[in-house]
Amino acid sequence: MTDTLNETMGAIGRPLRRKEDARLVTGNTNWTDNIQLPGTLHMAFLRSSIAHAKITHIDTSAAKAAEGVVHVYTGADFPGQPGSTCVWPVTDDIVLSHYPVICEDEVKYVGDVVAVVIATEKYLATDALDLIDVDYEVLPAVVDMEAALAEGSPLVHSDKGTNHCYTAPVPFGGNYAEVKAKADVVVTRRFINQRLIPTTMEPRAVVAAPMGMTDEITLWTATQVPHVLRVLLALLTGIPENNLRVVAPDVGGGFGGKLQIYREEVLAVLLAKKLGRPIKWTETRSESILTMHHGRDQIQDIEIAATSDGQILGMQVHLLADMGAYLQIITPGTPLLGMFMYSGIYKMEALDFKCTGVYTNKTPTDAYRGAGRPEATFAVERIVDELAAELGMDPMELRKKNWIKHEEFPYTTVEGLTYDTGNYEAATARALELFGMEELRAEQAVRRASGDPVQLGIGISTFTEMCGLAPSRTLGALKYVAGGWEHCTIRALPTGKIELVTGTSPHGQGHATAWSQIASDIIGVPVEDIEVIYGDTGRSPYGMDTYGSRSLAVGGQAIKAAGERLVEKARIIAAHQLEVSPDDIEFNAGTYSVKGDPEKATTIQAIAFEAFTAHNLPDGVEPTLSGEATVDPMDFSYPHGTHLAAMEVDTETGKVKLRKYVAVDDCGVQINPMIVEGQVHGGLAQGIGQAMYEGAEYDSNGNLLTASMGDYLIPSSADLPSFITDRTVTPSSTHPLGTKGIGEAGAIASTPAIVNGVVDAIRHLGVNDVLMPTSPQNVYRALQAANKGGAA
Amino acid sequence: MTHISATVDGTHRQGEVEPRLLLVHWLRENLGLVGTPIGCDTSNCGACTVLVNGKSVKSCNVLAVQIDGAEVTTIQGLASEDEWHPVQKAFKECHGLQCGFCTPGMIMASVDLLTENPNPTEEEIRDGLHGNLCRCTGYHNIVKAVSHAAAEMSGS
Repeated sequence: MTDTLNETMGAIGRPLRRKEDARLVTGNTNWTDNIQLPGTLHMAFLRSSIAHAKITHIDTSAAKAAEGVVHVYTGADFPGQPGSTCVWPVTDDIVLSHYPVICEDEVKYVGDVVAVVIATEKYLATDALDLIDVDYEVLPAVVDMEAALAEGSPLVHSDKGTNHCYTAPVPFGGNYAEVKAKADVVVTRRFINQRLIPTTMEPRAVVAAPMGMTDEITLWTATQVPHVLRVLLALLTGIPENNLRVVAPDVGGGFGGKLQIYREEVLAVLLAKKLGRPIKWTETRSESILTMHHGRDQIQDIEIAATSDGQILGMQVHLLADMGAYLQIITPGTPLLGMFMYSGIYKMEALDFKCTGVYTNKTPTDAYRGAGRPEATFAVERIVDELAAELGMDPMELRKKNWIKHEEFPYTTVEGLTYDTGNYEAATARALELFGMEELRAEQAVRRASGDPVQLGIGISTFTEMCGLAPSRTLGALKYVAGGWEHCTIRALPTGKIELVTGTSPHGQGHATAWSQIASDIIGVPVEDIEVIYGDTGRSPYGMDTYGSRSLAVGGQAIKAAGERLVEKARIIAAHQLEVSPDDIEFNAGTYSVKGDPEKATTIQAIAFEAFTAHNLPDGVEPTLSGEATVDPMDFSYPHGTHLAAMEVDTETGKVKLRKYVAVDDCGVQINPMIVEGQVHGGLAQGIGQAMYEGAEYDSNGNLLTASMGDYLIPSSADLPSFITDRTVTPSSTHPLGTKGIGEAGAIASTPAIVNGVVDAIRHLGVNDVLMPTSPQNVYRALQAANKGGAA
Repeated sequence: MTHISATVDGTHRQGEVEPRLLLVHWLRENLGLVGTPIGCDTSNCGACTVLVNGKSVKSCNVLAVQIDGAEVTTIQGLASEDEWHPVQKAFKECHGLQCGFCTPGMIMASVDLLTENPNPTEEEIRDGLHGNLCRCTGYHNIVKAVSHAAAEMSGS
């Protein structure tokens, strides 16, 4: 394997080493916190330590008098100013909330902003926080979702008269009551999909500065969504959009946590404008854990109906989704992103879906890797295992009996999506081969028979997901306020170098490398001659950014279309130069030649120079050589895969060990298999993290108990094994490159695989569920409960 | 204010610092060596790992005054003028990084690990790096990179 290509064709599909890495392994980076502008003022936030309280009095006089302090602002300085907004009001009667940039009279979660100090130095800004005196009148906190909906509950937003945010009943196909009536078996479970904290390694950071030459304010911010953010900042601050430039420099991970408009971003922009100086803030990890939005947090009541021979007839899905204290960018829509995925890969006649969003006095929730789809996949893959146990069937056989067969594609699911392609048989066969299922089942039987204190379980997850957010008309029908297209401009510069401008905004995904590979194949220029430009509304004006495994699935289409337009324009110039008709020109690997006379040829680089000098262009052809495309995807894409986990459970201590993990994913055509594999690895670690280690815990007063990295356990190297991964390739038929998306697959598939494995290890002891994370405590409790005669 | 002097990435540096100033803030804010990032304030994540007299330390957990007279190596001083350190090369070769935020600390911790144990097993690598958190890679390729670097450095 090589770093660079000596030939230009065939870059797609190669595990090229990443262009990005040279900077990142030498520390020559450009994180937002690295930016030091002259005259910078630093922000520090006084945050509520109480989940719910009225602010009865604030005295900032001592803080204002402190060394280095320039200003102290409270909510009274920004009356009515929103700090975030929701772009997806999912129902007509949704109860929306006002999220103040600084709280004016009431705090609603621990971490809510009460005041902001502006000082000449970072340490001095933080010092002054201690000098602000706040009197609170403590109000009862609403922590539990079901309690929040009970009559007489204290209210998060007293002016709304309810904690009920919305209920979205979705009339999917079939009639569940009818299929339930004819079912032989109905299995009902309540699953808890616990609250998670994204925990990007780079905390959030912002620098906002008036740049002097125009009225422009530039905001550098650790975001996944510079383009979306610019529009929303303009709407929220009143600063004209054409005076705002948003730059996402090097961004250290996102996972949905940086798909947001945060009040700290809004304040930085407002204060840079007001004070005429650069404003900077970088959060501490403690702040990040408290106030970067959280993910998941659903109570899932799931019912599945089937015949006695294992034919799945239908499912009923009733969700309670914790919104937290306020709605942010897609808070209410996040659980609904999963609603199309509850039937998974299975054929069924009916699906009844309902989701209720609930306000509580906790950190707002929003998208976290997979956003709704991991929750759905967890529920369906867990309930299918429970159904198999109820029927006494092998869980893989039950899946095989019900999944969509490869010859049945395209297949329209009960939710009304049309899966274009898939081959669950092939991915499963490969996974079983890598896993060694028979040997492991034999060992499991031996351990059971001998009463070994360490039992073995096998967890299965056969999943699909929807990527490529999204066809704009579909988004409109779902009440989402924006489109789902993507943009690319490819410019051939006079020297033959290429600028590829993309609207995607990577933060670890390797777009600079992968996008160069795509363009290299299309325009015939070496990968190393292509510079990918992204993450800056000044240099890349159009884009919908990076989330939802959309960058390749949607952005890749724009690259292809832009490249083809460039090639076609150059063909006309080449034909003119070679004095033949464009129809007589062949294009191959960057060279235009005359059909039947290959000696008569020119290169795309030479054409670029001709287009620049414009001395000899055909009539009607404009100077310069570029191609531009904005593409709306025709459909979602549907990656799938089969994941298998071998879990050891110590029945005496509750300790769980992941012994072996096999993941066979099918994401269609792979542009760079090395990057694909890396995405799978990282997704697995996060999905396994949810299953085994992670969980945000609040006490009954709304205090976050897992408020440091010491308490909120993201997996370390010692907590995970090496993974066994492979891919099958079933190209998408609705995406021109045949690609589907891979960013979230690992996180979606692995959580149920792990929990199914843990339950499988101890099912014979009477356990049929274990709460996540499957910590020794939760496993031990499940064993104890079963021992007392009642399964969990 | 306290006067300190130290050799940082091969250059003699000195200055007056507040006694409470963290080493990582001295590096980043005072010396402009922003290649060493800050990932937490509780010494859990290891993103800020540097070498002090050849041993890895989390620079958010050390006061600047404590390194008076010491030799500090950051990610920006690891490569020679013409060549990356074998661990840097291995991280690229094995795709041991994605967003790259944990990478400086991960590489510095790996350099220390390989100094102490030039030929570690997978388990020893996983154990040796468990104080450095990564959220992107699942560690799979980091472990591979350290093994790869070990092989390169021992000439096998």
